[in-house]
Amino acid sequence: MEFFFQLLINGLSIGLLYGLSALGFVMIFKSSSVLNFAHGQLLAIGAFFFLVLVSWLELPIFVAFLITLAGSFVLGFAVERIFLRPLIGESLIFVIMLTVGLASMFKGLLLFFFGGNLQTYPEFLPQSMAIQLGSIYIPPVYVASSLMGGIFLLLFGLFFKYSPQGIFMRSVADNQTAAMSLGVHVKKVFALSWAIAALVASMSGIVLGIINGINVHEISSIGLKVFPVVILGGLDSIGGAIIGGIIIGLLETFTSGYISPSLRDVIPYIVLVVILLIKPYGLFGLAEIERV
Amino acid sequence: MENVQNETLLQINNISVVYSDVIQVLKGVSLKVPRGRIVSLLGSNGAGKTTTLKAISGLLKPENGKVTDGGIIYDGRNIQNQSTEEITRLGIIQVLEGRQPFKYLTVEENLKVGTATRWTKPYKKDLELVYHYFPSLTKRRKTLAGYCSGGELQMVVMGRALMAHPKLLLLDEPSLGLAPLVVKEIFRIIKLINEEQGTTIVLVEQNANMALQIATWAYVMENGKIVMEGEAETLKQNPDVKEFYLGVGAGGATRSYRDVKSYKRRKRWL
Repeated sequence: MEFFFQLLINGLSIGLLYGLSALGFVMIFKSSSVLNFAHGQLLAIGAFFFLVLVSWLELPIFVAFLITLAGSFVLGFAVERIFLRPLIGESLIFVIMLTVGLASMFKGLLLFFFGGNLQTYPEFLPQSMAIQLGSIYIPPVYVASSLMGGIFLLLFGLFFKYSPQGIFMRSVADNQTAAMSLGVHVKKVFALSWAIAALVASMSGIVLGIINGINVHEISSIGLKVFPVVILGGLDSIGGAIIGGIIIGLLETFTSGYISPSLRDVIPYIVLVVILLIKPYGLFGLAEIERV
Repeated sequence: MENVQNETLLQINNISVVYSDVIQVLKGVSLKVPRGRIVSLLGSNGAGKTTTLKAISGLLKPENGKVTDGGIIYDGRNIQNQSTEEITRLGIIQVLEGRQPFKYLTVEENLKVGTATRWTKPYKKDLELVYHYFPSLTKRRKTLAGYCSGGELQMVVMGRALMAHPKLLLLDEPSLGLAPLVVKEIFRIIKLINEEQGTTIVLVEQNANMALQIATWAYVMENGKIVMEGEAETLKQNPDVKEFYLGVGAGGATRSYRDVKSYKRRKRWL
């Protein structure tokens, strides 16, 4: 039973992280219908940027974290501005191929600068962050990742529900022409969704880097897990992305705990196939509202 | 009505519109919209009414359409082929055909999107104003727009446009697919908005009868051209308009379509 709860908690905190990362992916898809194949690389860029600031420049953790967030926000903005905006109005397949190209480019650049070896952050999370619940021990990194996942998901939830920019973003996702007719700046919305996507991706990248160490291939492939997560939750549902992330996180930890650790990375894709077969719109995908 | 042509808010001079560089939809359309009036644009399907509105509001661009000739002058400045972001900020808001609400946003969120051109300013008063004009939306504010009825949706999209403080409101077939009583109510409110807010309105309609009742001036379009114009009252009496748009025969009695002679049935304005 103890083992079960240990796995449950690990799974939940990893799952929140997957959810957070998938949130970025869903935002881009919702506002501009673009599948971003470079999502995993955005995670990796965030992780390495943080590494540079913490290990090489030895900045205080909190400052480094804030600079990473700001930096990735700007990076997302720049990617949209430089690579995607010229393609507005072109066929969607070009844009998706572009993101595949971006993925290779980012990966190549990261390998060029950092090599393919495993790197680690210095220990910086205080032991006092660990939680001892009876006989269950939650290590600091899982506490930190749950906290971060929870807080940012809540913040983004509030942002989309109440802030004007959040409502404008949802309106563009809902009906682009109508949003334009009311003067919503659609290009700004695209740019903002890329910026937010890069920001949440780099946050997930940092935490995954703390848990598993930082390696270009490793983190990029974790980024690919957004596909099972968002297919499970429904490509266009932000709430679904979060729940999908938690489910995949739980499945992974339980599989590696009870069956075999080597199955861990396979199970999300098995789920992906099954979900596509029985519920192609995902568990929480928006079923088209039909007025009769 | 003497000063109808006195102050022109919008003037379209002989514009041509081409889609995808090859398909010509408008062939030299000219019209004038006096400030503070309702001008109606009538015509059958495919006549170019919606294209005319989109040429004004800048929505041609995303559809790969372009004003290739002529000019659109709004409030003394040339606005043809500008982006919607710029045009909406000048006070021109188009209400699209077929309502097009944001289905997954609540009614109130739909209205909030209407503040996009002026989102830094407070909007509480504007919300109240919209609910004042469309009281039936008050109890629907938290409902997803996708679950509202057609009449309510028409009110949502018109209310949404009002939130932007439009100086020129372009309404594309507000009566489309609505019950006669709802249509009457919608047109009453359009008239009210025009009178109380001083909003200039261009009204595209198939329902010529209703449109001519609230408009002061009307244009009839066919095949991408204006074929007739005049004061609404005069047009109502025109025998051709009567027969083709109001369904009333020359003698005043309604006639069956069968009785119309075939050369008349094929009649085109030009």
